[in-house]
Amino acid sequence: MSERASAYPPSFEYVEGWGMVEGHHSRVLRPASVEEVQDDLEGARKARVSLALRGAGCSYGDPSITRDGHVLDLTRLNRILAFDDESGVVEVESGVTLEQIWKHILPRGWWPKVCSGTMFPTTGGALGMNIHGKNNFRVGTWGDNTLELDIVLPSGELETCSREQNSELFHAAIGGFGMLGAICRAKLQTTRIHSGEIDVVGISTHNLGEMMERMDAQCSSADYLVGWIDCFASGDCLGRGLVHAAHYLAPGVDPEPEQTLTVAHQELPGSIMGFPKAQLWRALYLFNHDPGMRMVNAAKYMAGRLEGMAEPYRQSHAGFNFLLDYVPNWKWAYGRHGRRGLIQYQSFLPADVAERVYAELLTLCQRRSFNPYLGVLKRHKPDPFWLTHALDGWSLALDFKVTPKNRAALFGHCEEMTTIVLAAGGKFYFAKDQVLGLGDPQRFLSTERLEAFKALKRSLDPGNLFQSEMSRRLFGNSFLS
Amino acid sequence: MSSHISATNLAADASGGVSAKRAIVVGASSGMGAALVVQLVGEGYRVGAIARRAEVLEELQLGCAESAEEAVGEVLVRVHDVTDFGAVPELFEELVRALGGLDLFVFAAGIMPKVAADEFDSHKDLAMIEVNFGGLVAWMNPVARLFQSQRSGTIVGISSVAGDRGRSGAPVYGATKAAMNTYLESLRNRLGESGVTVCTIKPGFVDTAMTRGMDGLFWLISAERAAELILKAARSGATERYVPRQWFVLMTVIRAIPSFLFRKLNI
Repeated sequence: MSERASAYPPSFEYVEGWGMVEGHHSRVLRPASVEEVQDDLEGARKARVSLALRGAGCSYGDPSITRDGHVLDLTRLNRILAFDDESGVVEVESGVTLEQIWKHILPRGWWPKVCSGTMFPTTGGALGMNIHGKNNFRVGTWGDNTLELDIVLPSGELETCSREQNSELFHAAIGGFGMLGAICRAKLQTTRIHSGEIDVVGISTHNLGEMMERMDAQCSSADYLVGWIDCFASGDCLGRGLVHAAHYLAPGVDPEPEQTLTVAHQELPGSIMGFPKAQLWRALYLFNHDPGMRMVNAAKYMAGRLEGMAEPYRQSHAGFNFLLDYVPNWKWAYGRHGRRGLIQYQSFLPADVAERVYAELLTLCQRRSFNPYLGVLKRHKPDPFWLTHALDGWSLALDFKVTPKNRAALFGHCEEMTTIVLAAGGKFYFAKDQVLGLGDPQRFLSTERLEAFKALKRSLDPGNLFQSEMSRRLFGNSFLS
Repeated sequence: MSSHISATNLAADASGGVSAKRAIVVGASSGMGAALVVQLVGEGYRVGAIARRAEVLEELQLGCAESAEEAVGEVLVRVHDVTDFGAVPELFEELVRALGGLDLFVFAAGIMPKVAADEFDSHKDLAMIEVNFGGLVAWMNPVARLFQSQRSGTIVGISSVAGDRGRSGAPVYGATKAAMNTYLESLRNRLGESGVTVCTIKPGFVDTAMTRGMDGLFWLISAERAAELILKAARSGATERYVPRQWFVLMTVIRAIPSFLFRKLNI
């Protein structure tokens, strides 16, 4: 293993996707500076070993794992370089997490423009996968709010790009799932806030049609919009659930902004209903089967009925945005061993067909007895990135439990859903995908842009240095020059 | 749309794949280490056997092939001196890749040179520390990291009843085993949340090269019998286990003897 002055030697680990259904033993390199990244790239080129880029490993599937090469983990590039509290522009190294960013800027009255459901992703990962949040319909994706980035190309050259400079690379690397180079630094625009809290209203909805109607009605005014769906309900209640719409507070509305704009005010609760948080996944584990989850979903729907009748309330930004972080390691409720885990099947559909197709998907899941344990509906808008998943329409994310036993049949079920989604002009999202097959991306990505991406990949990375399980699964050897 | 299911299904992964179980035994050249290798191979394990002397490993390999007529197990041998700390990460990675993963790791390397009552020999003593404890730590670090990341695995450390008290006869040997006990306890606590088990084995007298020529041995068992009991303990999820178990009773008494009295006794 290569010698390095820094204290972190490479290690040999089991590296898995966030959903835990696939992982491999890999050597993990953890460079702490651009120079060390360049060293590692050179070492890999000389040894003819490919590299899979990895941040916090929050992608559900396989974009940050590899069975052949090494893993280049950029989490140690974790310095916040600058923050200008006049403009709200923050400059960070790519291993800086969303958590680090919000904790740094919130006390000064700013908040990240785009927040995923968890605060653990790194900036580099968020850019590579071009992630979105509950406000995609309003502010776009993480890439839309990025002003500039530095990327170390496979050759080792450091390139700066933005909308004006190296614009092609900028639009290809964002959402380019780590194929073009290692993003090492980024400048991000954040948003001004006048309170550490946000106004939230819960709207209980009886079925999918009503949910979409109510969300559409909120679209022009709400800052955030998300619909939770009880995927067990059928018939007239198909797609019943609860919409949360949130609005930023205008200046002066919060009587004590200096109190709410503190990190302490944002902290998620240490225990939930008496359970210590760290062990709560064990309680969820007891319900992690069809009858249990049917019950949990029904109970949540009932609670949502009450919430829908209640007054709007205020919640901290962290509490509202990072729903997935309330229960640490909740994914372990799906099992921790023996290739158990979960996949999230998130499909994106144009506005005019979404309701029909999503109803079809939910019905199909019930018919095949593959009940999603969680369903989340969001509204989206298009963006200019070459391999983007975003469009003018909706997305529905469905969580499925994976066991060694159900795996083959479940993946077959997903394939069936994919046929329906693609036929309706739908798209998919690399941060979530674990199930698409070779050639599927060219059926939902613009041909022109995909070809341009492949050409750029071949010219920047003729030795195919950057590879991952995902790149080989979806693109085979079409990146080879 | 082409499916990739078959490809991912066939991929052997760390936790509960389709393939045979895999183990590494460090200190496999003789005694309990060698007996463990033979037993694991007999059970169908793929075993990486590590020892200092190449010729002994070859013998072991032949022995496994002979004794395991029906077994599907396999042994891969690697020559390595556990005090060559710098070589450990690379050898470990290479061996785990060759085995196709790792489920069980046994550290059985240890030396106990004779120390006379009036001898205070730093050279001898430091060599014991290097092998018995230095080698342990050098191996456990990469093993613990791998097991933690895959949220599974069993670690077995062959300690000794000698670590329970500071006997006059084996000051540094006993101290290395006491250090091992504490170190393994810490690892157990570190890795517990990840579902990794760490089992400390405290053998009494086992008929091996180490005890040959010693006086006053009792409850002596063969290395094969010890290996059987060790694997049984590891599989039962035991945290600490005396081998054979009657030592637990004896050592509980011995541990309870006050220091001023212990000094006067010839134990």
